[in-house]
Amino acid sequence: MAAGELLPLVVAVPLLGSAVLVAAGRRLTRIAADALGAAFAAGTVALCVFALIGVLEGPAVAWAGGWRPKDGLGVGIALVGDPLGVGLAALASVVTVAAFVYSWRYLEEPPPRHAGGFPALLLLFQAGMCGFTLTGDLFNAFVFFELMSVVAYALTGYRVEEPRPLQGALAFGIVNSLGGYCMLLGIALLYARTGELGMAQIGRALGTGEPDALVLAAFVLVMTGLLIKAAAVPFHFWLPDAHAVAPTPVCMVLSGVMVELGVYGAARVYWTVFAGPGGVSHSSCTRTLLVIGVATAVLGAAMCWQQRHLKRLLAFSTIGHVGLFLIGVAVLTPEGVSGTALYVLGHAGAKAALFACVGILLARYGSVDEYELYGRGRELRLVGVLFGVGALALAGVPPFGTGLGKAVAEEAAGQQAPWLPAVFVLVSAVTGGAVLRAGLRVFGGAGPRPPAEKADGEPETSGAEEEPETGDRLGRVPGTMLAVPVALLAGALAVGVLPGFAAAVGAAGDHFADHTGYLGTVLGSGSALSHVSASPHWTAAGVVLDLVSTALAIGCAALAVWRPGRTGHPGASGWWTPIRRMQSGHIGDYVAWALAGVALLAVLTVPGMLL
Amino acid sequence: MSRPVRLWVFLVGAVLVAALYAWACFDLPSFGGDHHPYGDRAVRTALAQHTANAVSSVNFDQRAFDTLGEQTILFAAVLGTVVLLRQVRGERRTDPTPAPVADRVRWFGVLMLPVALVVGFYVVAHGPLSPGGGFQGGIVLATALHLLYIAADYRALERIRPVGLYEVGDAVGEAAYVVTGLAAVLAGSAFLANVVPHGTFNTLSSGGTVAVLNIAVGMEVACGIIVLLARFLDQAVEIEETAEETGAR
Amino acid sequence: MSVLPYLAAGWIFLIGVYGLVTSRNLIHAVGCLTVTQSSTYVLLVAIGYRRGGTAPVFSDLPPGARVVDPVVQALALTDIVVGATVTALLLALVVQLRKRHGTVDPDKLAELRG
Repeated sequence: MAAGELLPLVVAVPLLGSAVLVAAGRRLTRIAADALGAAFAAGTVALCVFALIGVLEGPAVAWAGGWRPKDGLGVGIALVGDPLGVGLAALASVVTVAAFVYSWRYLEEPPPRHAGGFPALLLLFQAGMCGFTLTGDLFNAFVFFELMSVVAYALTGYRVEEPRPLQGALAFGIVNSLGGYCMLLGIALLYARTGELGMAQIGRALGTGEPDALVLAAFVLVMTGLLIKAAAVPFHFWLPDAHAVAPTPVCMVLSGVMVELGVYGAARVYWTVFAGPGGVSHSSCTRTLLVIGVATAVLGAAMCWQQRHLKRLLAFSTIGHVGLFLIGVAVLTPEGVSGTALYVLGHAGAKAALFACVGILLARYGSVDEYELYGRGRELRLVGVLFGVGALALAGVPPFGTGLGKAVAEEAAGQQAPWLPAVFVLVSAVTGGAVLRAGLRVFGGAGPRPPAEKADGEPETSGAEEEPETGDRLGRVPGTMLAVPVALLAGALAVGVLPGFAAAVGAAGDHFADHTGYLGTVLGSGSALSHVSASPHWTAAGVVLDLVSTALAIGCAALAVWRPGRTGHPGASGWWTPIRRMQSGHIGDYVAWALAGVALLAVLTVPGMLL
Repeated sequence: MSRPVRLWVFLVGAVLVAALYAWACFDLPSFGGDHHPYGDRAVRTALAQHTANAVSSVNFDQRAFDTLGEQTILFAAVLGTVVLLRQVRGERRTDPTPAPVADRVRWFGVLMLPVALVVGFYVVAHGPLSPGGGFQGGIVLATALHLLYIAADYRALERIRPVGLYEVGDAVGEAAYVVTGLAAVLAGSAFLANVVPHGTFNTLSSGGTVAVLNIAVGMEVACGIIVLLARFLDQAVEIEETAEETGAR
Repeated sequence: MSVLPYLAAGWIFLIGVYGLVTSRNLIHAVGCLTVTQSSTYVLLVAIGYRRGGTAPVFSDLPPGARVVDPVVQALALTDIVVGATVTALLLALVVQLRKRHGTVDPDKLAELRG
């Protein structure tokens, strides 16, 4: 089968799997349901890999229903398999399989006759993510955006016995749905202007006009939806609340892939729809994404440093990294894209592995609190090593994929503004350092014992007294729960060292950043690549900066652990308190910030475009 | 944030967003205009495909892939609700007590139930021809059953509503849509291609796979909504917290 | 006033967001979210309108009759399904939240902070 014909199957197979699980779920045992779900997910990985091999030669297009346009005019939906999109579908599928394997022995016994529920939801999540990465139609992207959102709300609130997951899921649901509706308003405006829904078709139609307020509003509204999904500042408030409470296997998928798909969507929509002459100018888009990206990176890193709840700490580090991804994309060059893609791949492995380690702590000790767990993880030596390696990978230590991605994205960003690499170094150092600090305390028992009680009146979420998600506390750590972080970290390493991998990602970046090439591929007027950039590779400067950020991370962690007076009990550093208070857990606050964020996007984009 | 601060943040955002949106509105084509290129193509294609209801042709043929996602969102939400509204530790089921129902309500329900069912089936079946279709008809069918809840009592509803069976129906509807799409692939065409003969215009068998997909959706929606409402009714009528759980609060 | 229908959609959106921001009851907040979403129906259907057009159903219309845009109607249908399902899911969360916390007032839910 040609690669193009495989694309719809990547969505259809997990959908079919979830239907089978629901239909048979009442008769299946838990083992059978999990195995069936994992088999469908793994089958989808295989489809993705075959499709990926096919599209490395050049992007493939599949018209759902066979509605291939005639003379460039059609009525159907295109699935576009460019290497980056298919690659992300493969990543989403691989992480889903990891979540399946991890939850094999992890989640509490499901209620009788509902064994199929959790695996079916995971498969639907996978289908939603794959559909979102592969679609070439803006409205269809909204549909799959909503599909993955709806599943994610349910999965986040999965542990209904407890109060916190419900709050987190509700904030997640309301803010993300609002984002979806903003996106749809934007799509409607574009439809009114161009009478098209396909990304390439809209891009072609906009290419002939002059940019005006309608294009600006559509850009702002569509970007709002995608940036809410990406948890960019000031749309980020939902993420820590949701990721801190979702079951750990779900966190692996949420933090490792779903949030990054928001960045992917923003970049994809800009390049296909708005990059033409009648769209939004490069400089306007760069300014907007750069400001948002830097703010997200800095705020994410700073908030990450303040946390003691380990899952929240990891959630904020995801925000910090999303900021870096946005910066990498914001420079609007193929190098920036391929660097970011490598970074996303490495980050997914490292972050999912870290969540897996925290899940083991939660299952064993019923706590995810850095202070309460002080020294208790000493007996889990292998988990401690994995956690440490994950932390260093997060800081960008060579030769992990995070290091390579960071170096390449850094260099691309440095061409835009010479101070941007410093942001990369600092943010990865602080987030990596925060994770390392927690690891040293929990697994090493290093430094003086931190005070376990909550600081009075401080806005803080401690991770003490969490219910283990396994139902009962685990005595021995099951092999599957250890194998998953090992495999994920190995994957993150492979991204950095596998020969030829970076070159393939580089080619994917060239295709992704090629506006006319994409239009040509989809609308059938030829698809010669307009620009071939040098493939991303390790450079001396990149390695040095990676080592600097790693050293800084180790330094930060050591200082915090052994000189707690200096860097403080995180909650005590007064000048951050107002910013921590903004993370109030209040849905009204989050919605108000989201609306202000829409206005901010407009204010950032408009200079040079209309004014 | 305190309420006034929150309101100020909202107001600043709202004023700017309103300005942006209003500005954009003046660049929109004027209301009721003739510029609908995609719409015109969709109408021509619907007629060529022998599907009288152009909206159904868009939904189940031209943009059938959208509807696959849409139907899956419903499927996911039903599954999510089943998972979220499950009976948890510390909750038990009680037998619902019948409440007295006024005679007129009872008669109304008994008379309307068959009518509503017929209307539901009609709306589903005529999706390719007249306004309506699987989604709309499915909702009518699902709510029709709940007339029993109003007219008789919860136990009467439970007798004709084996939730497990409807859960299977929900999944079969979802699977049928995917399988129809895959069958087209096996027949050597594209996923979700309308490979079945299109039939005579304006008859029940016209439209090819539009009719098939429409019925799959109707089945999924009807069963799914019944399961969904069953979960909410469960919470309202049957599931109670035990004293221990309430005390723990 | 040929822009009035479009402006109405914007008004509905903002009034829904206002409700979300000031809500003191989560069930009300979920309701406000559906109000916000209604703006998308209004905008879609307004964009697809053609003066003098009727429903794009040809069982009793001659081919070539003046009809409104069927595409936006299909989009609005999808949108409605999305809205209804999201509402159901969020309400399920609120039901459970009420049981665990004994309140549906967002001001009283502050376990996740900082």
